[in-house]
Amino acid sequence: MTINEIQNKIVDEFSLFDDWMDKYNLLIDLGKELPVVDPKFKVKDYLIEGCQSKVWLHPEYNNNIISFTADSDAIITKGIVALLIKVLSNRTPEEILSADLYFIEKIGLRQNLSPTRSNGLLSMVRQIKLYAMAYNAIKK
Amino acid sequence: MKNIEEIRADFPILSRKVYNKPLVYFDNGATTQKPKSVIDTLNEVYTSYNANIHRGVHYLSDASSEAYENAREKVRLFINAAKKEEILFTSGTTGSINSLAFSFGERYINKGDEIVISHLEHHANIVPWQMMCSRKGAVLKVIPINRDGEINFNEYLNLLSSKTKLVSVAQASNALGTLLPIKEITEAAHSMNIPVLIDGAQGIQHGVTDMQKMDFDFYVFSGHKIYGPTGIGVLYGKEKWLSELPPYQGGGDMVDKVTFEKTTYNELPFKFEAGTMNYPGAIGLSAALDYVLDIGREQIATMENDLLVYATERLSEINGLTIYGNTSKKISTVSFLLNGIHQYDTGMILDKMGIAVRTGTHCAQPVMEYFSIDGTVRASLCFYNTKGEIDSLAEGIKKVKSMFA
Repeated sequence: MTINEIQNKIVDEFSLFDDWMDKYNLLIDLGKELPVVDPKFKVKDYLIEGCQSKVWLHPEYNNNIISFTADSDAIITKGIVALLIKVLSNRTPEEILSADLYFIEKIGLRQNLSPTRSNGLLSMVRQIKLYAMAYNAIKK
Repeated sequence: MKNIEEIRADFPILSRKVYNKPLVYFDNGATTQKPKSVIDTLNEVYTSYNANIHRGVHYLSDASSEAYENAREKVRLFINAAKKEEILFTSGTTGSINSLAFSFGERYINKGDEIVISHLEHHANIVPWQMMCSRKGAVLKVIPINRDGEINFNEYLNLLSSKTKLVSVAQASNALGTLLPIKEITEAAHSMNIPVLIDGAQGIQHGVTDMQKMDFDFYVFSGHKIYGPTGIGVLYGKEKWLSELPPYQGGGDMVDKVTFEKTTYNELPFKFEAGTMNYPGAIGLSAALDYVLDIGREQIATMENDLLVYATERLSEINGLTIYGNTSKKISTVSFLLNGIHQYDTGMILDKMGIAVRTGTHCAQPVMEYFSIDGTVRASLCFYNTKGEIDSLAEGIKKVKSMFA
């Protein structure tokens, strides 16, 4: 599936629920599907700044594909990272760099997280894009 | 005497809904909501007599200046300071402490001198002193705390020495709610001729604080935490100190005579009020203090203590809930964590139920470090809250537990 196909699928899934409590339950379930980072990478180098909760994100680069594993000490945050990884993991650097992440807006994640928390989400996206940029540069 | 329904009706925001649920506002430690009288006063300033203070010869400027100076007198009365000149308006507690740290440091602090604070302080009563200490080569000393969130008074006494130039502690901990023994702290410091600053940000709104009775040298608080507007605060200082301290900002209104060779300063309190002050904020604060006096500070203290006792009781019943700060003398703040559930998760779900709490370190990271935690969920209550709202919180927490179990 393309990045946009996955985004559309997520938007559809979330649109099944009107109540934010149900959406949170979905996020909690998604968090359980997160490809969890190896504990040895749960160190400062892989910690993303700017979140109320701790988020570790670890990239791996093979055959021009970046895959991510991650973890968080908060479960809702874990769900949010899981969504980002669903969309952006196992992609080429080019795909990640050109991705337009409209699902965040469409499922109401941004509006439903206060600015500081939303910054956490944006920090995660920024970090993923930075890794893509770095691998893209190495390749050239 | 107003009943709780009448009190709540005075605060327009309390009747609103969030996510289609009645708002339960338990973040009063961060900022309090405003009664209609304060909102109306701000509106009146701008619609009826807005003009810069102490400047114009015209009618509006006179009216505005008078209202501003009346606000100063209102603050004096409220904290029972000896003189109106001892009341300086600032931007808030943080502004007050930073200003004082600068002026006090310039005037009195030399290399090797010591400032004593406690482990319970908000960052606003830590960082300005660190900055001053690094500028002056002085040393910051910290009174340790125990597991109940109380300071160790004997250790405090041990820290005091001839090197101590100032003791600066909170009236109450914003993170845990602990009320510090500020009278005893002040007496001990004074017995060694050491001045004392009390950070009243979390204390002033919960009862009577009397400057002459308590004999603090300096006292600071924020308007927005006592039902007033944001952007206004108070720095009280005894005249003997304020007259000796140099101003922290230069500008208009604070001067007596300015030439390019030398400037002489205006008298107190204007020496410390450079530039256009937040006079609408001061006038709004005055209305807030009137409101508090109208409800009655003893009444507020009684109501809040009832809420604290009830909240502590209801939350203690919940399995796996730990309350941080278990001393008998507290403001109406309950800081807690659910076993195995991140404070952020708890806060997010409570939010969706219309319950506003604060999560995180509450700008008091050393307190969190002491307990080896990343943060807590803080419910900070005040007199307009109800037991019914506490029940909603308890129900909300049970829901959180079921979702993350």
